[in-house]
Amino acid sequence: MQAQARLYSAVLLIFFIGIGLILYKHLALGFPLMPDDKKFVWTIEAKIDFQAQGDPVIISLALPPKEPNLTFMEEDFASSDYGFSELTSNNERRGQWSKRTAKGAQTAYYRLSVYENDKLVEDQPIDEPEPPKEPELDEVFMTASMTLLEQVRARSANAEIFTRELIQTLNSKSPNQNQRLLRNDKAGEDYKTNLILDLLALEGISARVVRGLFLEDGRRRQSLTNFVEIHDGSQWILFNQDTGKSGKPKNFLIWQRGGQSLLDVVGGKNSQVSFSIIKNTHSTRNLVVNSSQNKQAAIIDFSIYSLPIEQQNAFKMILLLPIGALVVVIMRILVGIRTSGTFMPILIALALIQTTLVTGIVIFLIVVGTGLMIRSYLSRLNLLLVARISAVIIVVITIIASISIISNKLGLSQALTVTFFPMVILAWTIERMSVLWEEDGPREVLIQGAGSLLTAIIAYLFMTNRTVEYLTFNFPELMLVNLALILILGQYTGYRLTELYRFHTMGKRHAIDKH
Amino acid sequence: MLLTSIKRLKSMGIIGMNQRNFGLVSRYNPRHLYPLVDDKLKTKQLAQQAGITVPKLLGTLHYQHDVKQLKNILSPYQEFVIKPVKGSGGKGILVITEQAHNLYYKPSGDAVRLTHIERHVSNILSGLHSLGGKPDSVMIESLIHIDPVFANYSYEGVPDLRVIVLKGYPIMAMLRLATHASDGRANLHQGAVGVGIDIDTGEALHAVQYGDPVYHHPDTRKSFHDLTVPHWNKLLTLAAACYEITGLGYLGVDIVLDRDHGPMIIELNARPGLSIQVANFAGLAPRVAAVEALIQVDPDPRVRVEFSKKNFAAARNLFRSRRKISQSLQRSLSLTLS
Repeated sequence: MQAQARLYSAVLLIFFIGIGLILYKHLALGFPLMPDDKKFVWTIEAKIDFQAQGDPVIISLALPPKEPNLTFMEEDFASSDYGFSELTSNNERRGQWSKRTAKGAQTAYYRLSVYENDKLVEDQPIDEPEPPKEPELDEVFMTASMTLLEQVRARSANAEIFTRELIQTLNSKSPNQNQRLLRNDKAGEDYKTNLILDLLALEGISARVVRGLFLEDGRRRQSLTNFVEIHDGSQWILFNQDTGKSGKPKNFLIWQRGGQSLLDVVGGKNSQVSFSIIKNTHSTRNLVVNSSQNKQAAIIDFSIYSLPIEQQNAFKMILLLPIGALVVVIMRILVGIRTSGTFMPILIALALIQTTLVTGIVIFLIVVGTGLMIRSYLSRLNLLLVARISAVIIVVITIIASISIISNKLGLSQALTVTFFPMVILAWTIERMSVLWEEDGPREVLIQGAGSLLTAIIAYLFMTNRTVEYLTFNFPELMLVNLALILILGQYTGYRLTELYRFHTMGKRHAIDKH
Repeated sequence: MLLTSIKRLKSMGIIGMNQRNFGLVSRYNPRHLYPLVDDKLKTKQLAQQAGITVPKLLGTLHYQHDVKQLKNILSPYQEFVIKPVKGSGGKGILVITEQAHNLYYKPSGDAVRLTHIERHVSNILSGLHSLGGKPDSVMIESLIHIDPVFANYSYEGVPDLRVIVLKGYPIMAMLRLATHASDGRANLHQGAVGVGIDIDTGEALHAVQYGDPVYHHPDTRKSFHDLTVPHWNKLLTLAAACYEITGLGYLGVDIVLDRDHGPMIIELNARPGLSIQVANFAGLAPRVAAVEALIQVDPDPRVRVEFSKKNFAAARNLFRSRRKISQSLQRSLSLTLS
């Protein structure tokens, strides 16, 4: 009993370590559980143009903040002859290009590749708002503002609703005189942003401007869009200043928060920045492996990914073996199928992976069938066992060579994959089946042969399943789960499925006797 | 329905392969004792030391070059059996009943030459019939003469009795009868008939061929309902004593009845199969539980046999109750007719 308890606790431990590692990789490192998981990678290029006047030039551009749910794959600051440095201050990143002298039209580029990851992110500490600054307004303006604020206040309960109502009122399609005065339709986007910020400040709500970029594939010469973010006492809420809708829209990259300038150029004029956007689709798994390797996550750094590609491919195959073993265990312990040689089905399955299913089965049947015929002749020659098996190996190789040559002449290129069958194993299979034939008759040979093939085919189907292949390779921890399952199955003492047939007469008679 | 329900099998106490491997074989049979039963020469020596009757050993061959001496070894004997020492399931056994004019006659009447026997021996030596194909030895034994009780119950072979012995207690027994379908071999899945035997009386209880009930031998047409195994007590005691000589807790003891020498042990098996349950139409589980419930194993095989006879007696005999029914049917028929 104690041994039993020890085994079960070991099984549970192994199982949970396996599951835990898988969850860690999935949730913390963002490994997708499905092979077809795809991510959009956005490549954004900011192009800065200006006219230099022959003096020293300093360009300073705000760079998007690194948020935890975004992965920055690559940042590139390609501009010939310019020195570059990245500056970080007060939660803001800025890129700075500089040059001693420049004249004429100048261009600087900033390129960024970014995707949204699925990691579980802990709550970030939010930056505390500065108290709102009382705006300085002339009297007419002040009166109009106060009237508007009063209207809006009457219809709202808290800061969030107030902000939404305010923006909607300002954007109303049929503005009253007051609103028309305030919003000044000839002015640009920045004017409206500042107006909203001023009005919010009058109401005592902390707010700031947020500039961001709507991500759309193939767009060129885009500019940033202004949003308004307010602090409602506990958190920041983002508002679209044209519609009043709150929350971050989909595919919106926040580029800059707060009122600092987006672009400063010293020593140049007519400066402007424009953005172009390209969307690419990448497999999530590749993105994650790359980004994790860059970060030196221990579990990735000491994993199969650190091996050369060739060995990685070998491991792709090796890591599938436990799945085959699990299939064999289930087929033998739960179903009760007899196979010739315990793990021969896995080897056949491995060969089938190389040859594809139908070709592989046909080749297998031809090789074993021919082998059995020749083996029955060998048995009449009175050979010692080792010599006989060696002879069978040579026979198998001859058969395989013949199949290759004949099929090549016939133009059946698939049959050339025959060389993937493990020849020594085939020879043993033939030997064992032929002994079985002599001792127990052809029926038993058929039963065991069919059992082996069936098990091999099921193992093959599992091992070639894309999801299984993906999971075993990218989550080698699954082997622990597999091990736990096999250990549990090793404890199974119930009936096998085939025994329900083996003893079926007893069950039937028993039922009749009872009545 | 070709399948039966798990519940029904459980209620009958049928033990499955997994349960046998896990709960019986690996629990009661330490691995290091296997060679004692896998090697029939060792088994024979052990049995002889314990005073148990076994077929007489006429000679052994261990190496390929011994094959040349085969003619000399065989020449004094008219009849003999050639067996692989590490064979299992009756594989590789050659029976010769007569020797005349350089010809050897099999029980079927077929004559074979010495070269055939030499090749057979050579095959055994190179491991054709042994587990895992390991090189093997050959033993030549005296022929067993069929007990007249079984004369009409077997086709070209000596019936053997399989007794399952758990911790020294015989818990179930079955008589295995060769048939034409089984090619003279007493192997149930090749078509031999298995007859369940009452542990208490030695009477036949129930018989199956290929898992289906039969009421008489398929070749000799002899009915099983008045079959009773003679020397029953002695036979059970012999089987029970095998626990002491091997130390194996879960054992299949194969016994034959010789016309002249009575019960003889021919083979022991550390992994006896489960068909015996079908032959007896009863599960092993309740009997295993009864033996496992014992606090102490009695050192005297005869006491153990008494325990088994008392506890594992068949509740009713299907053959005999059938006969009773048919008798009463006849009686009622004759009554109505008169």
